[in-house]
Amino acid sequence: MKKNWPLWEIFVRSKNGLEHRHFGSLHAADAEMAMENARDVYTRRNEGVSIWVVESKYITASNPEHNGEMFEPAQDKVYRHPTFYDLPDEVKHM
Amino acid sequence: MSEKEIKNLEQIFEARIARDEKIEPKDWMPEKYRQTHIRQISQHAHSEVVGMLPEGNWITRAPSLRRKAALLAKIQDEAGHGLYLYSACETLGISRDELYEQLHSGKAKYSSIFNYPTITWADMGAIGWLVDGAAIINQVPLCNTSFGPYARAMVRVCKEESFHQRQGYEIMLTLCRGSEEQKAMAQDALNRWWWPSLMMLGPTDAESVHTEQSMKWKLKRKSNDELRQQFIDQTVPQAELIGLTIPDPDLKFNKETGHYDFGEIDWDEFWQVVKGHGPCNKERMSARVNAWNNGEWVRDAAMAHAEKNEKRKVAKAS
Ligand SMILES: [Fe+2]
Ligand SMILES: [Fe+2]
Repeated sequence: MKKNWPLWEIFVRSKNGLEHRHFGSLHAADAEMAMENARDVYTRRNEGVSIWVVESKYITASNPEHNGEMFEPAQDKVYRHPTFYDLPDEVKHM
Repeated sequence: MSEKEIKNLEQIFEARIARDEKIEPKDWMPEKYRQTHIRQISQHAHSEVVGMLPEGNWITRAPSLRRKAALLAKIQDEAGHGLYLYSACETLGISRDELYEQLHSGKAKYSSIFNYPTITWADMGAIGWLVDGAAIINQVPLCNTSFGPYARAMVRVCKEESFHQRQGYEIMLTLCRGSEEQKAMAQDALNRWWWPSLMMLGPTDAESVHTEQSMKWKLKRKSNDELRQQFIDQTVPQAELIGLTIPDPDLKFNKETGHYDFGEIDWDEFWQVVKGHGPCNKERMSARVNAWNNGEWVRDAAMAHAEKNEKRKVAKAS
């Protein structure tokens, strides 16, 4: 059976102090090759100081069709926001 | 799903795009949206990849180390563009292998400009200046297209293109400041690449079949003719600046419209090249197919090596 190179997701930290961000994906035979290819494909102009590669099949994604039950419950919880609380104007630094 | 439900979903979908919301790969989308995007994104990816071939022709014969390093870097960027776009396309549920297969079998198209030969060093200048110049005009509006992965790939591509065009124009500029022969070489390259570059922006609006739907989906934001006019208006002064003549006797600035009027484009030539009868169609495809076929054992060996390593790791752990 012929096997194709699997797909990898590439995350790059553009500089220290910032989080790794998803940059894109690529095909590679193994993690080492994914790392080398990621350097050449996504950081040719100093776009990064650190790279993560993750084989795409290990990522579990939420289903946008379930966005309702997933994310809407947060919408009616206004009491999680500071503006929900009525305080007199005289209160400073709060 | 019933027809009514689908209609409803389509309406919600179109409204999202109209509100400038992005569509992401796992979102519901009409089948036509998916197919149109697979076609356009893959065509775009193939163009980046085939586009490396005419320029690859001059890497070993670049006139200086500076030019060679720049040309290599430019071509490497084009490979990168192809890769960004292939991955964007794969998010729509088509595999890389299928995409290559479509290119190699001739089912998928790529930009017909890359079927012209690169016969002198000045062609490297003309390509960077004109072909990348036209590509930028085509691509900038796509940074805001509705399909998220395509838009993100285009942002990255556009950031890199401006160096391509500048290095090309600098080659032309240097030749124009050189000997008579060098200047003639630059003029000759412009003569050969001018019309194909205009054709690169696509058939005239009257002939263009997909425009209306593509406008709605933000795959297109300006019509082919508008883009072509923009390209001509910005390029003519650049030619004048370095003392080159655009090979069009009908080219004239129109004070009323504020744009250049230009001569008739030979659309027969364009369709001939699109249909596979350009000067280099066969050569380009055989270079691609050979690279793919001759590389097969390398891909297989890398996969076998990876699997062996994986097994070793598992054995060690247990
Ligand atoms: Fe490109
Ligand atoms: Fe380019």
